[in-house]
Amino acid sequence: MSIADPIISMRGVTKVYGQGPTAFQALKGIDIDIAQGDFVAVMGPSGSGKSTTMNILGCLDVPSGGEFLFKGRHVETLDRDQRALLRRRYLGFVFQGFNLLSRTTALENVELPLLYRGEDKKTRYDMGMAALDKVGLKDWWDHTPAELSGGQQQRVAIARAIVTHPDVLLADEPTGNLDSERSVEIMELLTDLNRNSGITVLMVTHEPDMAAFARTIVHFKDGLVERVEQKVAA
Amino acid sequence: MLGTTITLAFRAINRHKLRSFLTTLGIIIGVAAVVTMVTLGNGATAAVREQISSLGANVLQLRPGQGFGRGGGGPRPPDFKERDLTAIENQLTGVRAVAPVVQSSGTAIYEGNNWSTTVYGTTSAYSEVQQWKVADGRLFLPDEEEAGKSVCIIGNTVRTNLFQGTEPVGKRMRIKGVSCQVVGVLATRGQGGFGDQDDVVVMPIKFVQRRFTGDRDISQIMVAVDDAYDTSTVQSSLEELMRERRKVKAGDQDNFNVFDTKQISDTLTGTTTILTQIVGAVAAISLLVGGIGIMNIMLVSVTERTREIGIRLAIGAVAREVLLQFLVEAIVLSCLGGLIGLFLALIATAAIAPLMQVPFLFDIKVNFIAFVFSAAIGVVFGYFPARRAAALNPIDALRHE
Repeated sequence: MSIADPIISMRGVTKVYGQGPTAFQALKGIDIDIAQGDFVAVMGPSGSGKSTTMNILGCLDVPSGGEFLFKGRHVETLDRDQRALLRRRYLGFVFQGFNLLSRTTALENVELPLLYRGEDKKTRYDMGMAALDKVGLKDWWDHTPAELSGGQQQRVAIARAIVTHPDVLLADEPTGNLDSERSVEIMELLTDLNRNSGITVLMVTHEPDMAAFARTIVHFKDGLVERVEQKVAA
Repeated sequence: MLGTTITLAFRAINRHKLRSFLTTLGIIIGVAAVVTMVTLGNGATAAVREQISSLGANVLQLRPGQGFGRGGGGPRPPDFKERDLTAIENQLTGVRAVAPVVQSSGTAIYEGNNWSTTVYGTTSAYSEVQQWKVADGRLFLPDEEEAGKSVCIIGNTVRTNLFQGTEPVGKRMRIKGVSCQVVGVLATRGQGGFGDQDDVVVMPIKFVQRRFTGDRDISQIMVAVDDAYDTSTVQSSLEELMRERRKVKAGDQDNFNVFDTKQISDTLTGTTTILTQIVGAVAAISLLVGGIGIMNIMLVSVTERTREIGIRLAIGAVAREVLLQFLVEAIVLSCLGGLIGLFLALIATAAIAPLMQVPFLFDIKVNFIAFVFSAAIGVVFGYFPARRAAALNPIDALRHE
């Protein structure tokens, strides 16, 4: 697939874990282009390389070979700190396991990326509350994760991911730990963010129901892109 | 970046009170144990040294016979006479003071209380030789000594048991059936190497000789050597003088002996040195044990926090920011623990020292070393596991259970 001026572009990306005879090739040459503002679902069976791809897309991991351009920058040439700064600036993460800091209020969890960006207290509060408002948890700002339901925790995690107004939101099985009703709520929230805030959403899922919310579905198999489905805009 | 990190560090400490408390506790116990032990040990050492010096510096004890006893078989070696005392005073150079001693034991009675004690017959010079001070009342007057009047100076143990709180000076008590007036109380000297040094009644020697021993013999002569003279030289001269006076033939064994208290003092000083070394060794071990405790809680805490490190890295923290936060946390907790430990040690030693009857000696060096060592262990073991965690791929750190 080839798109003009993609925000993300992978060319022949490979990833090998381990060395020698025990080495395992997770990715065997991935080519993907993702346009700004797209909603992409990555699907595939376990071990197909979808999570590995997401980690590389999220600048959390580096490819063993090939090229990965993020906003025109060669991520494979960047060091750890440079990639951390890239994440801080342009990326938001949502994990299957929520990964909120325990004993920390919703607002403080959401403010965390702003702290690392060096925003002052007032800005952090305003932006943090705005993000919580977007996910519908403004009134829950002073609750700790232990006091929130799974769906609420995931929404706090989404608020944390979008508080910095990132270009790309990466979600790794965001509904994996939730029941179907909560899952739909989360997907509607992601769809809303994609449509109304213009955030590019990349999501790994193995549930077709969830993938149906996306505009583009990339199917992985055995470390390769098997096929790409494009939904016709309604 | 530093401000943010410090904010985060304090937030983390505040939020995980139990964990922070346990970390701090390791350091508190480490520091408090070591400082208390060493401070008390030093106090004990000082107390021993104090008692050694209470023996009187550079004092020669002249006794009849060999050794402490009166010798083996054969005729009993004669006691000394007053003229021996005069000879020592007049013929020996380098003598500061000479005091005769006669000992007798008996029961003292005051208003129905009785107490078994030791009576020392001596002169006022004894206080100079032994560095005994009168805390209350006075020493004997020259005419009381000359006439052998029935007056006495009592030790604190006798005062406590006999007078039980009432003022003894000026009162009359009975000693071995004889009435005597208390003119003074000795300053407390405590438990010495030779038993309770406060369990004594001191009386003029002439009185003791007349009423208790029944002769004019002197069983022991204490000679204080002037600081400007060498004790061993004075000892040789004293031995020579006594051989001459007691007509000991050349080649014959002395029928008296001169004992240098410095020898006892040297022996005890050796013991004290060993004591100090033992205290040091125990302190080193407790510091090590305390250190292992600190390492333990720090390692557990960091393992538990690996996932947190993963979260922070994933949302865009640079590894060194995460590390700096952990470093600040470790420094704050370690220093806090160290200070609390020092404070507790101060309270503990101040409370225990009087119970052990040892002086409370605040040693800044011990406090400093214990603090620095424990705090350094806290920082190092808080920091290095965190560094390992921060070096992980954020994904692996997040998956860490």
